[in-house]
Amino acid sequence: MSVARTWRTRRQRYSLVGERCEYCHNAIFPPRDVCPHCAEPAQKEYTMSGRGTVYSYTTVFDPPAGFEAYAPYPVALVKLDEGPMVTAQLTDLDPDDVRIGMPVEMVTRKLSEQGDEGVITYSYKFRERLERQAVAA
Amino acid sequence: MRPVYIVGIGQTPVGEQWERSLRHIAHDAVIPALRDAGVEQVDALYVGNMLSGELVGQEHVGALVADFVGLRGVEAYKIEAACGSGGAAMRTGVMAVAGGLHDVVVVAGVEKMTDTIGKDTTAGLAMAADQEFEAAEGVSFVALNALLMRRYMYEFDVPHSAFGHFAVNAHHNATGNPNAMFPKAITLDTYRKATMISDPINLMDSSPICDGAAAVVLASEEVARTMHNGRRPIRIAASTVATDSLAVHDRRDPMQLEAAWISSRKAYQQAGVTLDDIDLFELHDAFTIMAALSLEACGYAERGRGVRLAEEGEITIEGRVPVATMGGLKARGHPVGATGVYQIVEATLQLQGLAGRNQVRDANIAMTQNIGGSGATVATHILVGE
Ligand SMILES: [Zn+2]
Repeated sequence: MSVARTWRTRRQRYSLVGERCEYCHNAIFPPRDVCPHCAEPAQKEYTMSGRGTVYSYTTVFDPPAGFEAYAPYPVALVKLDEGPMVTAQLTDLDPDDVRIGMPVEMVTRKLSEQGDEGVITYSYKFRERLERQAVAA
Repeated sequence: MRPVYIVGIGQTPVGEQWERSLRHIAHDAVIPALRDAGVEQVDALYVGNMLSGELVGQEHVGALVADFVGLRGVEAYKIEAACGSGGAAMRTGVMAVAGGLHDVVVVAGVEKMTDTIGKDTTAGLAMAADQEFEAAEGVSFVALNALLMRRYMYEFDVPHSAFGHFAVNAHHNATGNPNAMFPKAITLDTYRKATMISDPINLMDSSPICDGAAAVVLASEEVARTMHNGRRPIRIAASTVATDSLAVHDRRDPMQLEAAWISSRKAYQQAGVTLDDIDLFELHDAFTIMAALSLEACGYAERGRGVRLAEEGEITIEGRVPVATMGGLKARGHPVGATGVYQIVEATLQLQGLAGRNQVRDANIAMTQNIGGSGATVATHILVGE
């Protein structure tokens, strides 16, 4: 992504800032200004907790340009506790351990690097929820 | 609205056309279509194409192709809706003729995907997805379909091997299509042993990267009546496009192709037909999971039961719902922006009794459905042989 585009979406990538619709009260992520549920204007900021569960997952072996250095890497659709779903990489886990329904939480990790001189992009990734690991142990 | 007829068709073999550029490939489909229709001049040219800018460095493809096929001067432009570009171009051509603005138009679909290396093609295809919140996270287009397939298998308790029937059927049918990229039969065993590319999607779940072009000439009823190529007149009884969210994660229910539902229901209504009237269905089997979801969205199967149709042999040429009758996206090939027009060409051949040993018996009504991205644009057409 371009520097400007990375900068523009920084609050989403670093802290999952979305919106909550004032008309139908649905949480929205990423922010989109018109509520996808009721089509009313949606501009009230709302920050997601970063907690959710795995809706589905896979592994990218054949990455698009820019991600070659990281392949293979696991990706998932994560259903946030507040309702919205996000597409993100999974991290800090063995891909073989991922299961649908697994509780996960958002962390900030390096997403990509554009060469030695280029911008380094950080974004949300999701790891298995730590408290659950503690309980399991 | 005026009735619209297909009066000429053309297509190139699908594959890796190292010796032909984008413009040449388009030429190789448009010229045969014009010749087939017996016309030299048309009112407009609409070119379905997805990735000319990204993979060939060439935009402004409408004027380029018009000039290159001897139609300099006509109205021409590129229509883009990701892998649904061909279907969207078709819809544009139908609107122009049905609305009375033009009497004869050419609709072409063309794609050149083999001039770039793998990772760049992969990044290009990911442009069909939400660039800021899907592709930006490193998710490829194949991976998006893998996410859908994994969830489908989990939610409806379907084993991966069940999807193999879609691939086996497509490859079997491709052996009877001289323009197919993979005219080679496979078995369920071939399917099960295929290389994994993004689990659970393996190479045999996935359509190939390739070059190709297809074209049709559309005419008003008045003009079509003056043309006599001796073949059965084909009327476009329905032409619809519907949309959904670009991103899978924004869908109300990712297991339901809502745009395919809307687009097909509008098409049945326009054509005044029910599912039972349709003799074959050229669906968008870019991945086996898409074939299953399309069958469900169009009403052929309950939610989670689309794979059953394939397992039970209903999708073969002799079956109740023949799909991918000339190989489909899987085995004819999927030159993305051209695919929607290939589907129309193949459905026309079926309705005219020219499908050779792939002929669906007594084919009178055919449906085609072209899907852009993971389901964000869906173009459905119903053709009727008169
Ligand atoms: Zn709302």
